[in-house]
Amino acid sequence: MRSPDNALEVDQLTRTFDVSAPWLNRVLERKPKRYLRAVQDVTFTVGRGKCLALVGESGCGKSTVARLVTGLYAPTEGSIVFAPDRNGAPMEAQMIFQDPHASLNPRWRVGDIIAEPIREFGLRDSDEATNARVAEVLKIVGLSPDDAGRYPHEFSGGQRQRISIARALASEPEFLVCDEPTSALDVSVQAQILNLMRRLQDELGLTYLFISHNLAVVRHMADRIAVMYLGRIVEEAETEALFANPQHPYTRLLLQTIPDVRAPNRTRALMGGEPPSPLNPPAGCAFHPRCPMATERCGREAPSVRPRPEGGRVACHYAGDSL
Amino acid sequence: MTKALDVRDLSVEFPTRHGVLNALSDVSLTVNQGEILGVVGESGAGKSMTGMSVLGLLEPPGRISGGEIRIAGERTDNLSEKEMAKVRGRLVGAIFQDPLTSLNPLFSVGQQLVETIRLHTDLDRVGGRRRAVELLKQVGIPGAEERIDHYPHQFSGGMRQRVVIALALAGNPKLIIADEPTTALDVSIQAQITALLKTLCREHGAGVMLVTHDMGVIAETADRVAVMYAGRVVEIGPVDEVVNRPQHPYTRGLMGSIPALGARVERLAQIDGAMPRLNAIPPGCAFNPRCPDAGPRCRELRPSLVPAGAGSAACLIHDGGVA
Repeated sequence: MRSPDNALEVDQLTRTFDVSAPWLNRVLERKPKRYLRAVQDVTFTVGRGKCLALVGESGCGKSTVARLVTGLYAPTEGSIVFAPDRNGAPMEAQMIFQDPHASLNPRWRVGDIIAEPIREFGLRDSDEATNARVAEVLKIVGLSPDDAGRYPHEFSGGQRQRISIARALASEPEFLVCDEPTSALDVSVQAQILNLMRRLQDELGLTYLFISHNLAVVRHMADRIAVMYLGRIVEEAETEALFANPQHPYTRLLLQTIPDVRAPNRTRALMGGEPPSPLNPPAGCAFHPRCPMATERCGREAPSVRPRPEGGRVACHYAGDSL
Repeated sequence: MTKALDVRDLSVEFPTRHGVLNALSDVSLTVNQGEILGVVGESGAGKSMTGMSVLGLLEPPGRISGGEIRIAGERTDNLSEKEMAKVRGRLVGAIFQDPLTSLNPLFSVGQQLVETIRLHTDLDRVGGRRRAVELLKQVGIPGAEERIDHYPHQFSGGMRQRVVIALALAGNPKLIIADEPTTALDVSIQAQITALLKTLCREHGAGVMLVTHDMGVIAETADRVAVMYAGRVVEIGPVDEVVNRPQHPYTRGLMGSIPALGARVERLAQIDGAMPRLNAIPPGCAFNPRCPDAGPRCRELRPSLVPAGAGSAACLIHDGGVA
C-alpha cells in the first residue's frame, strides 16, 4: 500500500473481453480474433471512510470496474489491493446492485437472503445468533425484524433496495461497491436511500465506491469523483473542485448537459455526436471526434495524465484552456 | 384557438376479482398548440396511463369510466377501435421510451416512414419517400438519403429515437404524446433529443404532452407542468412557478428530494413511506398519511384543484385550511 489512509488502491487496471466470432465462423470467413477493451489503465485510490464516485455514460466501463473490484471479473492486467481491515486480513468488499427486483432471489425469504453471507462465511455459531444478526441489520436499514419472514415481492422498490443493503452489510464489510444503487428508484425513494447510505457511512465507518451516471446524485454522495470515457479515467478530482472548475472538455460538456431543476434553460453547449463503439475506439484521444477543442494533435497522440492545478489529474492535451 | 388536447374529468378503472380499481380519478388537463405540457410523477402515479388513454391504447380490462378527451377539438374517448386507429398518426403521434421496441426490426426505416406517410396523406410512393427523407433531415439524421434504407439495428439509440420522432411527425399530428422519450438514453444524447423535441414542436405548431419521472427534463423542456399522485393531478402550473414555488406539499417534498447540482446539502429532504397502491388509497386526500401538513380535514375530504399561486393545486391548504 502506498498510503495507510487508503482503503483501496487500483493500479493500471485493464480488462479486455474476447468478443470474437465463434471458431468455425472465424475459420470460414477468415475473421481475426476481436477484443473489446472495457477498462484501460485505470488507476485510483479510495481513502478510508471516503466515497469515490465513478461517473460516465453507458459503455464507459464503470460497471466493469465495479465488478473487477469485487472480484466478479479477473483483471487482465494491473492490480487491486485492499488495505487490511480491523482484524488484519484484507478488507472485505460487498456489492449493492442497481435493480433490486433482479438481485434478490424471489423464492427465498428475506431472512434467508440476508443470512446467506453470514452462513457462507461462518460468522455466527448458532441459528439464534444468525437470526439476531439478521434482525439487527434489518433495523439498521430501517426495516422491521418481522420482515425477515416475508418474500421480496411483498416489498416496494425502495424497501427491496434496503434489503439489498442489509444483505451487503450482514457480513460486516468495511467496503461497499454500489453500482447505480438508486437508478431504478423514484426520486422521493432515491432520497430515502441516499440519506440511509450517508447515515450508514457515518455510523459504521464504511468506504464506498459509488458508480452512477447521475452527476447530481454523485455530487451529493462523493468526496472525490472520477469521470470515465470509453474505458479510461479522463479526469479525477475532489467533488467541489471538479464541479467548480472542470478541466477536461468532456467533464465540462457533461456538466452543462445535465438538466438541472433549479437552473432550467441555462445556455448550454450541446454535445454533438454519440460515444463511439469501444470495439474500435478512435485513435489518439478517444474523445476527439466529439470534442469542440480538438486539434490535429488529438487525433494522433493519446494525451498523458497530468496533475490538475488544485489537485487531482486530467488526461487532455489542452486541459484548462477555454472552450 | 382550439386546444391540441383537452382532457376533462377523465377517470379510468380496472375491474378485477377484488373489486374495481380506480387508476385515474377526475384528471383534467389541457395542452395548447405549440406548447409542451410536462406530466410528472412517480411510478404508478398514472402519468403513462393518462397518455395511453389519450392514445386509446388502454390495455383491457382497463376502461375509461368517465370524462372526455378532445384532441384538436375532436372528441376521441368514445370512438371505436377502428375509428381510433385513424386518429392515431393523423391527430396524435406517440414517442415511447424504448426506440428499439417502437420500430419494426424487419422493415427498413424508410419502409416504415413511407407506410405511415401514405396512410395519412395522399402522396404516392415517390412523394412519400421524398417526404420521408425530408423528415429524417428535420430530426437531424446525417446522410438521410442513404440512412433511409437502413434497418433499425443499424442505428444507435439516440438516432433510433430520432427516427421514432420522425415517425410520430409523419402524419402532421396536432398532438404528440412523448412517454419517457429520453429515459433510455445517455445524458448527452438526452439533451440533444429534448432540444429537438422543443424546436420541432414550435415549428410544427403541435402540442406535446411530455410524460416523464425526471423533473430535470421537465424543467428544461416544458412550458407548464402537471404533477400527478395516486391517479390524480395534484398541481398544475407554469414550470418555473411549480419548481420554485410549489403549492402542494407533495410537490414541495418531491422538489426537496432531488439532489441539486448547484450546492451540496447534508441531508436530502425525504418524503417518508411510499405512494399507496391502487387498492389501498386512503380516504380523504391520498397524500395525507405522508403529508407533513396534514390535519383532520385531510382525512375526510378529497381536495379538488383550486387556484393556488400562479397555477392550481389540489390541497385543502388552499381550500379552507386543513383543520
